[in-house]
Amino acid sequence: MTDFGNKRTIVGAHYGMRDWLSQRVTAVLMALFTIALVAQVLLKKGPIGYELWAGIFAAQWMKFVTFTVILALAYHAWVGMRNIWMDYIKPVGLRLVLQILTIVWLLGCVGWGVQVLWRL
Amino acid sequence: MTEIAKKRPEFRNINAFKDLTTYRMTAAAWTSILHRASGAILFLLLPLVIWFFDTSVSSEYSFERFTAAFSTGLYWVPGWLLKLVSLGLIWAYLHHLFAGVRHLIMDIDHHAVNKQFGKTSGLTVITLSVALTLLLGAKLFGLY
Repeated sequence: MTDFGNKRTIVGAHYGMRDWLSQRVTAVLMALFTIALVAQVLLKKGPIGYELWAGIFAAQWMKFVTFTVILALAYHAWVGMRNIWMDYIKPVGLRLVLQILTIVWLLGCVGWGVQVLWRL
Repeated sequence: MTEIAKKRPEFRNINAFKDLTTYRMTAAAWTSILHRASGAILFLLLPLVIWFFDTSVSSEYSFERFTAAFSTGLYWVPGWLLKLVSLGLIWAYLHHLFAGVRHLIMDIDHHAVNKQFGKTSGLTVITLSVALTLLLGAKLFGLY
């Protein structure tokens, strides 16, 4: 593959590969997080009250991991929603508006989630 | 003109109600479209998920509010409706997770990319997510 001359690749800039891979990497992160969270809930003894539930997220390593997962989720959802808009919405202007709204929606959610996490 | 630049025919006359409903979708096709649909549901209900997170971990007082929302309701939303929406979230998460694992298996092992595996794994994903949703739904609505 070459970037110059008359044999250069003229289609795309391999955004496809980047999106494909990042969606899978973020998915694996979220799947592992799910297992870690479910395992902690199931392994605790007694009824799940506030102390126990909030205690899970209050642990420093859990904050560390949850923060990363929130970012992973946003990136994952961005790739997925962008695919949906590209597949079904053909007018470029409308698609752009929907993509911008998607970013606004996701960034807002990330801010909210991170705030909740770090004031624990 | 290179082959890539050649104009290919496009068909834009598929009617969502007249044509799509006549398609006979296989298990793999259902798994696929439900993967997309569940992803979109999770995206749209993301603020609700964060609200759950916020109220359930922030303080003992907000935790009370969180649990009360499922019995007495939240603003104009009755408790049973919130339970139903949560159950929808649960299904969407489970289906999206299992269908995603199925994708990863197919990415890692290309021998799994065939008609037979597509069908059996698709059926497994749908069955597993619906069964777990029913199980958790029964718990959520206090059947056991």
